[in-house]
Amino acid sequence: MRKIASKDLGMLPLKEKDRPIVRALLSAGCCARCILRFCCIGLQSAYRQSYEDLMNELQTFVSAGGCGKSHDVADHEHTEDPPCKRVKLDTVEGDTEVVPHAQAESDLDTAEPKVCVVCLGVLQHFCDKTFAKKVSEAVTAEGYQFDSLVLSVSLPAQLSVREHSTWLLVKKEVREKGLCLGKDDVIQVKEAFKWIMNGLVSQELCVPVLAKSLFEVSVGFTHPETDGDCHFLATTCSDCFKPAKNKQSVFTRMAVVKALEKITDENFRRQFPCPPKCPTTRCTAQDIQCLHVSVFVAGRYNKFSRTLPQTPWVIDGERRMESSVEELITAPLLSAFRSEGFNFSSSGREDVDVRTLGNGRPFAVELLNPHRSQFSKEEVRELQEAINKSSDKIRVRDLQIVTRDAVGHMKEGEEEKTKSYGALIWTQRPIEKEDIEFIKDIKELKIAQKTPLRVLHRRPLAVRQRVIHTMTARFLDAHHFHLHLRTQAGTYIKEFVHGDFGRTRPNLCDLMKTDTDILELDVESVDVDWPPAVGD
Amino acid sequence: MEGNVTEHRGTPSVIDRYFTRWYKTDLKGKPCEDHCILQHSNRICVITLAESHPIIQKEKKIQSVNYQISAGCSRLQNKVSGKSKRGGQFLTELAPLCRITCTDGEEYTIFSCIRGRLLEVNEDILTRPSLLLEKPSTDGYIAVILPKFEESKSVTDGLLSRAEYEEVVSKRTAVKPEPC
Repeated sequence: MRKIASKDLGMLPLKEKDRPIVRALLSAGCCARCILRFCCIGLQSAYRQSYEDLMNELQTFVSAGGCGKSHDVADHEHTEDPPCKRVKLDTVEGDTEVVPHAQAESDLDTAEPKVCVVCLGVLQHFCDKTFAKKVSEAVTAEGYQFDSLVLSVSLPAQLSVREHSTWLLVKKEVREKGLCLGKDDVIQVKEAFKWIMNGLVSQELCVPVLAKSLFEVSVGFTHPETDGDCHFLATTCSDCFKPAKNKQSVFTRMAVVKALEKITDENFRRQFPCPPKCPTTRCTAQDIQCLHVSVFVAGRYNKFSRTLPQTPWVIDGERRMESSVEELITAPLLSAFRSEGFNFSSSGREDVDVRTLGNGRPFAVELLNPHRSQFSKEEVRELQEAINKSSDKIRVRDLQIVTRDAVGHMKEGEEEKTKSYGALIWTQRPIEKEDIEFIKDIKELKIAQKTPLRVLHRRPLAVRQRVIHTMTARFLDAHHFHLHLRTQAGTYIKEFVHGDFGRTRPNLCDLMKTDTDILELDVESVDVDWPPAVGD
Repeated sequence: MEGNVTEHRGTPSVIDRYFTRWYKTDLKGKPCEDHCILQHSNRICVITLAESHPIIQKEKKIQSVNYQISAGCSRLQNKVSGKSKRGGQFLTELAPLCRITCTDGEEYTIFSCIRGRLLEVNEDILTRPSLLLEKPSTDGYIAVILPKFEESKSVTDGLLSRAEYEEVVSKRTAVKPEPC
């Protein structure tokens, strides 16, 4: 990027050697700001001038060149490739009947500027207070809570093709004048757009517009008229354009940029006009999209019901059971954070008929695109109360806002942790107190569990070794006792009790030497020490 | 409550809770060679001997169980991998699963009864064939089969329900006082 040049060239930091470039770009149908970009002007304020002032200044600059001008232009014509010449004449023809040189130049003075051949109007018609107001109104209407924002721009892929074509034109001038500028020195359309718009949007919304922010406002442009510009690249660099599932077109910006890096200048010039053909329409701005990064909320839950699934239970598109732990917890969160969706995760899960008691099971909710994201500790506590008041089937504690990274702790060592369970056991053979006393003497019992039939449809078939650390039994009656177990996480308790067709060995039937079944199961503790306790 | 008449308990058994019982009687025209198919609500099927099968009815002593159903095919070779259970042998209704030889010289072939992918066979009955008599519908199962997802409903079309099966069995008793 260059420093401000001598005064006699006016406001713009343009130098004598830029004159032929500016002249070439003007006659190619480039807009004033694209000309600054190709002259590698890094002075942001230059772009913020009104479009009319900027254009006038550039024209004055070109005219100030005096006799060099006509010579340069004439010279330019002689060296130009025939296809480019034709295109140039065509574009002029669109405006006036005759095509002499002098008249072509006088076109530049017309009040309504032609749509830029490079930016397709993005830097001409969408870089002013009017568009900044439009963006700001769209953002305000969404009702987000934010204290800064990042503006992102998505441009039609063909802009890169047109940029490349124009660069080849400039490159010729650059080479002839012995300047050492590369394509990377050219200011990007996106960059120029942000230099102008960041400040304008910031003024409208009264928050800083930064390079990074939790809140992103996206502006997208399309230009159907020139969508075909990219197509020739598919035959030249077919390996760059592979159909991907979730893409509407193979001509993504990335693919086009990659193809342009590969194609030779010669090949490109043969297949694409240089300078690019003049468009008749300007870009269309798409709807403004707002996105706030996810907020993560964690806590621990108890489940007191044996008819409440952890997540919505749907079979063949039909709802079984009316609610779920997930829904009970997330409903108040969704409305408080005004979030568009969520992802619920937990440290393991329990069956619909299993209660989770004790300190509860750690869980985390990712709130997607929350419109509100800042909550005081007191407000989070109130949210927890709201969840707990909404249902007596669950209870939440230690509710807190956490970072995305912290959620990883919940899944860490899920297999190594210990879990405690309480189970109501039925025995086929009548028992007496003494018949279950041996159970407490069993320590670190190794069992082999084939994937239970009940989950085999969605998990691989495998034999897993699990350890039952300790067990204690409490006699209830001749056919029932209460069994307390401390096991390695990932042990299937129900299958350990009934044996799952002998697919878990040894099982409680083997140990008791009679058929046993499990009538009730409670999770009594999940020994994961995350999230941290929240004090009062 | 069906199926738990022999168990004196107030609650349904594991099979009652999670499975539907289906039957196929007189397999390949052989009288009383009845099979029971336990279909889990998740579509997985467990193939077992029905209580009315001659082995159980006549309390036969089993000499051997053989999953080698032909020179080139053994059900013991079956291996599945991954969630999608790739590599499992695909079975049609009349695919043989194993042959059971009794000490009286009789040999019985057990068939798949349903279309689906073979997930596993019960190797325990090779070493403890008595399980077939002691716990025919649980630890003495023959094989686990996973029907295709799109066939999970239609796969039991040709089979008898529990009620239909009981009717067939009771008619046998009516015709011949000494069944099978």
